[in-house]
Amino acid sequence: MAERGARPKVPAWRLKLLRALRALFTPLLPDDYLELINPLWSTQELRGRIERIEHETRDAVTVVIKPGWEWPGHKPGQYLRVGMPVNGIHHWRAYSITSDPGRPDGCISITPKLVESGKVSPYLVRTARRGVIVRLGGVEGAFTLPDPLPAKLLFISAGSGITPIMSMLRSIDRGLGFTDAVHLHSARTTADVIFGAQLRDLDQRNPAFRLHEQLTGKSGRISPTDLDRLCPDWRERETFLSGPPDMLAAMTAHWKQQLGDYDRLHVEHFQPYLGEEEGQQGDGGTIRFCTSEVNAESDGSKPILAAGEEAGATLPFGCRMGICHTCVGRLRAGKIRDLRTGEVHGQDGEMVRTCINAPEGAVEIEL
Amino acid sequence: MATLIESPLTRLTPEQLEQIGREFDAIHNEVKAELGDRDRLYITSMIQMHRRLVVLARVLLLASRHRPAWIAGTMTLSLAKILENMEIGHNVMHGQWDWMNDPYINSSTWDWDSASTPEAWKHSHNYVHHTYTNIRGKDRDLGYEIMRIDLHQKWNPVYLFQPFYDLVLAGFFEWGVAAHDLDFDAIKSGEKSKAEVRRQLKGMAGKARSQIVKDYVAWPLISGLAMAAVDLALETRDRGLVRTGSRAKLMRKVKGAVRRGPVKGALAAALEGGMRSFRSTQKANFTANIVRNVWAYAIIFCGHFPDQTYTFSQEEVADETKGGWYIRQLLGAANIEGSPLFHVISGNLGWQVEHHLFPDMPSTRYAEIAPRVREICERYELPYNTGPFSKQLGTVQRTILRLAFPGGKPRPKPGPYRGDDDSRSVAGGPAPVAAA
Repeated sequence: MAERGARPKVPAWRLKLLRALRALFTPLLPDDYLELINPLWSTQELRGRIERIEHETRDAVTVVIKPGWEWPGHKPGQYLRVGMPVNGIHHWRAYSITSDPGRPDGCISITPKLVESGKVSPYLVRTARRGVIVRLGGVEGAFTLPDPLPAKLLFISAGSGITPIMSMLRSIDRGLGFTDAVHLHSARTTADVIFGAQLRDLDQRNPAFRLHEQLTGKSGRISPTDLDRLCPDWRERETFLSGPPDMLAAMTAHWKQQLGDYDRLHVEHFQPYLGEEEGQQGDGGTIRFCTSEVNAESDGSKPILAAGEEAGATLPFGCRMGICHTCVGRLRAGKIRDLRTGEVHGQDGEMVRTCINAPEGAVEIEL
Repeated sequence: MATLIESPLTRLTPEQLEQIGREFDAIHNEVKAELGDRDRLYITSMIQMHRRLVVLARVLLLASRHRPAWIAGTMTLSLAKILENMEIGHNVMHGQWDWMNDPYINSSTWDWDSASTPEAWKHSHNYVHHTYTNIRGKDRDLGYEIMRIDLHQKWNPVYLFQPFYDLVLAGFFEWGVAAHDLDFDAIKSGEKSKAEVRRQLKGMAGKARSQIVKDYVAWPLISGLAMAAVDLALETRDRGLVRTGSRAKLMRKVKGAVRRGPVKGALAAALEGGMRSFRSTQKANFTANIVRNVWAYAIIFCGHFPDQTYTFSQEEVADETKGGWYIRQLLGAANIEGSPLFHVISGNLGWQVEHHLFPDMPSTRYAEIAPRVREICERYELPYNTGPFSKQLGTVQRTILRLAFPGGKPRPKPGPYRGDDDSRSVAGGPAPVAAA
């Protein structure tokens, strides 16, 4: 079954009333008719309306969304699953929430950056307009500010890795205020800095917040060896790291080497996290989709889902990153490899996610 | 019984069958790759239109005791129910819109305003009927196990009554289909466990209860109450119970009036008016359900039972290839010619041939691919079964009447499709082969 939005927080009296009226509309729900007036009124799933689309850089926009029901809240740094039809097909993507929880207008925002080969980001950056209705799924993610807030903070980001950090900065700015924070951000040019104007404004208003913009076009991305120069006391700081996988890998290795542990390093693994060591990838295998009667093959890096779709099967899918369990199917035979961890697993009869597992030898799956 | 009519299937070589299979596959894949916003807009608009029609109909029927409102409301509700069952329910549950990955418009979650549970119907229709189409002894939709619709079926005195129960079936089609889903043969032979039968009956009872409560209790009650309230207001005014003055004064007046009678009279009049509305809304809803059933019956019986269609023995289709499957669908189904509006309100089942070739293709695409299907028919000298509604329904009814009695002769079959002119009529078709 395809993924739905989160259950909204609806007053109990309203749910009782709707339930009492069901007999008049069965097999549809009173909600199905209320939606004719306003699609945001659905109590079946949380939806939101795009209120504004603000251009941040030439390829990133901030999408401001007004949730249909009271926003259940999020911790700064978390991400949200957002679903919308693009050319007729419903897609779900996870985006970091870039707004802070205290926003007085009750809106939330996400800031997608254009991925030319993608489906959803080109739609949001180029096509979507005010008034578009989107589905809002679960809020997830452990990349959040600790409570209580540590006195000394270091944020390291690159490119669109800024997005979860922006929510953190906004939240601190609106709430307790900064005591001592340093932000090292890499982007290609000044014009490519997402939230550039707001970050610079934050820097000017707050003596306790220092921003360093590193332009990779000129001086390359911030590397571990730059840390002593740009932020000499980095070892004493609670650090929040978000950016491309190779930067994450280099920084974590540096922390391990210099400090012996990652206790004070928080990393946003936004991309499905493929193991660090080489050689974890399997050799793949063949996949038999029993229900669709389709045979497919994977080289070991291609997930079962993608292989099946290429072979022409229509398969359920949602997040494509192992979160939503929309794509699950019953494993009838064979072993599979989790592409995130490299772990080989799979019991006959187990429900497995096709989006993050590749076959390890021949497998049969009931999809 | 041996096959009485040689079908064109027998003269195609294995290579031709394989090539035909590839050509039909190509049409399917091309359309699938093309599906997009335009298609989504169609089905979401259709669903919205159905819901708007329902709202309009229910509002009109509040005043169902007035004849014009009754007629307009009943017509609107019938149309809404027809759209809901055919263009929306049937097609969504076929998985025609599953490609949208929409959690609500999906074959796994859809439910419809019909006596069959989606689960039972998807099994008997999507799986049994669409897989074994027109294979005698396997396709349980061939005469629905209660009618002799094909010459090969052995006659039985019960069939003498089939012209009569054919009419009953038309009016209560959804209940017939729901009962058919139970598969009495499987129950008799013990193939289906008692627990399974109980579970299915419970599902059916649930569907029946919700339709009865909705159409024969809840909505009539609402229209009854609404009209009683209107009557009460009018009566109290007419009987001079409401005049200017303070609330306290009015209450004194009303209390006095209760003792004297006018309020009792007003209440009695309101009660009577309410009851009248209750009954007329019940009748309107009943009529709408019958109209929907008769329409669905008519369209669906034209799908496989007109004279043009072929049936197949199990031997004929043993070791069937994909190409052979396509040919069987092509020969076993018949189209109905009609305007675009006709096709919408018949759930695009007037494109029965295209629907049977590609059951999971969005219904709106059938009209678009029809010329390509005809072109394949022309090239391989295969028939393309189609005809006006009156002719298709007429031949079906003729067969039901004739086969109620023993015997019967094979009906002439259309010859190969020869392009979009009038030569595709029965004349020129191969003569039927007499029974051995």
